[in-house]
Amino acid sequence: MKKILIVDDEPNIVMSLEYTFKKNNFEVFIARDGQEALDILKNQLPDIIILDVMMPMVDGYSTLEQIKKEPRLEHCKVIFISAKNKEKDIEKGLSLGANLYVTKPFSLKKLVEQAQELIN
Amino acid sequence: MSSLGLLLILAIYLVMLFYIAHWSEKRSHSKWTNNPYIYSFSLAVYCTAWTYYGSIGLAAKSGLDYLPIYLGPIIIIPTWIIILKRIIRISRVNKITSIADFISLRYGNSRSLGALVTLISIFGIVPYIALQLKAISDTFHIVTKTHASSNIFTDNTTYICIALALFASYYGNKYVDASEKRRGIVTAIAIESILKLVFFLIIGIYVTYFVFDGFEDIYTKASVLENFDKKNTIGGLNNGLNWFFLCLISMFAIFILPRQFHTAIVENNQEKHIRTAIWLLPLYLLLFNIFVFPIAWGGNILFETQGLNSDTYSLLIPQHLNNNFLTVIVFLGGFSAAISMIIVSSITLATMLSNNLLIPYGFIGSLENTSQEKNTKRIVLSRKIGIFSLIILAYIIYRVFVLDYTLVSIGLVSFVIIAQLAPAFFGALFWKRGSKKGAVTGIVLGFLICFYTLLIPYALGTTKSASTFVQEGPWGIALLKPFQLFGLDYLDPIPQAVFWSLLVNFLSYLAVSVSFSGNYRERNYAEMFVDIDEYITNHENAYVWKGTANISDIEKILERFLGIERTKRALTIFNLKYNIDKDNKIADARFIKFAENLLTGHIGTASAKIVIASVAKEDKISLPEVLRILEESKENIVINKKLTESSNELKKISEQLQVANQELINKDIQKDEFLDTVTHELRTPITAIRAATEILHDDENIPADVRQKFLQNIISESDRLNRLIDKILDLEKFETGKQKIYLSKNNISKTINNTLESLQQLIVNKNISVEFEKKSHEIKAFYDEERIIQVLHNLFSNAIKFCADTDGKISVKINEDSEFISVSIHNNGKEIKPEEFEAIFDKFYQARNQNVKKPIGSGLGLAICKKIIEHHKGKIWVESSSDNGTTIIFTLPNYNTTEK
Repeated sequence: MKKILIVDDEPNIVMSLEYTFKKNNFEVFIARDGQEALDILKNQLPDIIILDVMMPMVDGYSTLEQIKKEPRLEHCKVIFISAKNKEKDIEKGLSLGANLYVTKPFSLKKLVEQAQELIN
Repeated sequence: MSSLGLLLILAIYLVMLFYIAHWSEKRSHSKWTNNPYIYSFSLAVYCTAWTYYGSIGLAAKSGLDYLPIYLGPIIIIPTWIIILKRIIRISRVNKITSIADFISLRYGNSRSLGALVTLISIFGIVPYIALQLKAISDTFHIVTKTHASSNIFTDNTTYICIALALFASYYGNKYVDASEKRRGIVTAIAIESILKLVFFLIIGIYVTYFVFDGFEDIYTKASVLENFDKKNTIGGLNNGLNWFFLCLISMFAIFILPRQFHTAIVENNQEKHIRTAIWLLPLYLLLFNIFVFPIAWGGNILFETQGLNSDTYSLLIPQHLNNNFLTVIVFLGGFSAAISMIIVSSITLATMLSNNLLIPYGFIGSLENTSQEKNTKRIVLSRKIGIFSLIILAYIIYRVFVLDYTLVSIGLVSFVIIAQLAPAFFGALFWKRGSKKGAVTGIVLGFLICFYTLLIPYALGTTKSASTFVQEGPWGIALLKPFQLFGLDYLDPIPQAVFWSLLVNFLSYLAVSVSFSGNYRERNYAEMFVDIDEYITNHENAYVWKGTANISDIEKILERFLGIERTKRALTIFNLKYNIDKDNKIADARFIKFAENLLTGHIGTASAKIVIASVAKEDKISLPEVLRILEESKENIVINKKLTESSNELKKISEQLQVANQELINKDIQKDEFLDTVTHELRTPITAIRAATEILHDDENIPADVRQKFLQNIISESDRLNRLIDKILDLEKFETGKQKIYLSKNNISKTINNTLESLQQLIVNKNISVEFEKKSHEIKAFYDEERIIQVLHNLFSNAIKFCADTDGKISVKINEDSEFISVSIHNNGKEIKPEEFEAIFDKFYQARNQNVKKPIGSGLGLAICKKIIEHHKGKIWVESSSDNGTTIIFTLPNYNTTEK
């Protein structure tokens, strides 16, 4: 069973993601901001992380930077999800080492496909 | 007193003057030498030995006739505030250094007219200098009780005269540029003016109060003398006319006498000094006259039958009473009066002689092709020799001619001759049509009449042939009798000469000028002189010149007189002033005029023109063309002024535009950010709705309770979307000013209570205790209740949201002062950092890191609150509090204030 960490501060969005990924046979971990995510990552090694960019306290970018510093998480795939859909936002996200940048709103079905593709 | 003793005193006195001149030359910019009083006293060079001694003589012989010489200036001096200011401005911009420059420049920079004025001045002034030498000599012999020796080499006064000539030539011409100020000489002259007045007052007081018992005593004793009444009335219309003409020439003299022109105009440092001079100089003249009458009649009483020279009463009286000290004092006063006149006159005459006669007529050739230093030396030396020779010439004239005449008569002849320059001089200031031909004709004819009516009779003296010439007229023609020309027999000789000479002079100047208009250059200068105030800042613009000239050629000439360094500096200034590219090679009219000006101080106006013309080929211009150009340049000056004004305005406007533009750019950036944030904020609920909908749509086997949850999600996110849109529209209304505030009288405590009640459920849910101090007070204010409820609702919602999770506490306080009521809402939850105090009221405030979400609310709530409060003319801000909470305070103008 693949592990996924969902990091977003919007509870309703998280709820939909959680439901969908569970249904697709993922083990789901949830964090409401960057700090919580990093805490979870101390004990867990997910295959993929879905990371929102704009969050209170620690945002998605700096969370990813922290993740990239950790050799243990080297093989962890990362998908940014964000309402920031400008060219430069996307470039920035990818340049930081994300595997994918998905703009909000998104299709859940497609997101699951993309996640599975990344893992395999 | 022995000759040797007096010579010694004179020597000491001269050394003292020398020292004063030297001292002040070195301090030429200090306030001790550059002040209106020094200027005014230096103008008193007008009072010569003639005033000092001659007035007394005249008063003793013919009563009140000495007065017109002072009345004339006193009457005319108030007009200085306008006229003298103009003359000073004209002279300053054109670098004029003498009356000859002034007149000749106006009439087309005419070399011949300059020479004529110089000759007239020499004719008029050298005998006048001789008169001063005579006074020194006469009084020297009186004080030492010696007689003038017929052998000039054994006469002590010869050596005094030589010493004076040396002093004057040494100190009078240190600078090659005649337009430089000579502070040393001027200060020495001013000091001498003070001395001569003080000494004169001392002898006056001595005679009036020590020799006699006051004015009344002298009057009583004098009134029994022969002819007293006759001498002391003005004496009918005839004498009135005599007075009038004497006043008239004195008025002219105070302007035109070369020494007056020099002290009043060339040595003027600041125009505002005139303001002091116009009261101080008349006062000075008045003081000088107080004791003339008592001394004169005191002398008449004391020496009634002795037939002494009444000119010297002021010396004879103290000497008669054996007061040696006073005698010497009086002598020194007279000496001061004489030498100041001699020095200033000889300096200015020598400048005229060199700049208007010698250099333009010949000397100029020898100044070409030599180095600047040699040129300078030559010019200075020629002036020094000029000063020396003029004084010596005057001494010779004194020895040959003047011995037998009283001081006053020679002085007045001098005035009459100089007055011949008056029509051309005043015409230069006020009349554009006046032409060179008119000026020359007037001056020559006027001078010839003076020559005939005054100089010939005086030169012939009292010889027999003179008396027949005077009594019967030449060849017995009565109409040509010099003192009663054309049968005019009711004026004295001098007023008669004034009348005829000035009448003919004036009329011929007028007639010839009208009949033959001057050339274009005359017309050009006429414009610049008469309208000086228009051209004062950029007179070079008004100069009309057409032709071809290279700047480098002119530069070479300038270097010959100014030296390389000064020339460079001058050119830089010129280029800066007119904003001319320094690589410009072709000279224009402005440059020609500028170059001429630079040379004028060194070699005079006429020579400057000649020298420049030698390398600048001028094209002939017709008079109509000049008038056209002048008209254009006048227009140009006006247009230029306007252009400068409008360009300044444009500058201002463009600056304002820049500021406005920057504001717009900032606004645009803000707007972009706002839109970005708004779309982001909108996308978030849309994302949630879309996700939930997708699940419901794709998954048919979804459990009912889960399905219910997702549907609930969709509803709440839709509501959120709607609220957001409402707030954005709200804010937009405030920002565009569409939102109206309806003020009415309300009770703020009641409004707060109502708001809290509506939030009661939330407060209870979070188990928060609310503290409200003045719950039941009635605190009135003018505000729009609906809007303030909106503010309170927002603030309380935030307070509830951020309240501590356990033991949450909200406290509300109301304060009232004379101007405002303030409401403070405190919660004990999360603290806001001080650096965010202001930012949280920005719409969609994000903390410094763009991707971290704002700490509270939707990001619009506080922005809207701020707008509402500001529309009420209140303020809203955050304060940190001691117990880790947040306090938000807003104010509203209180009821009383608003009512006003």
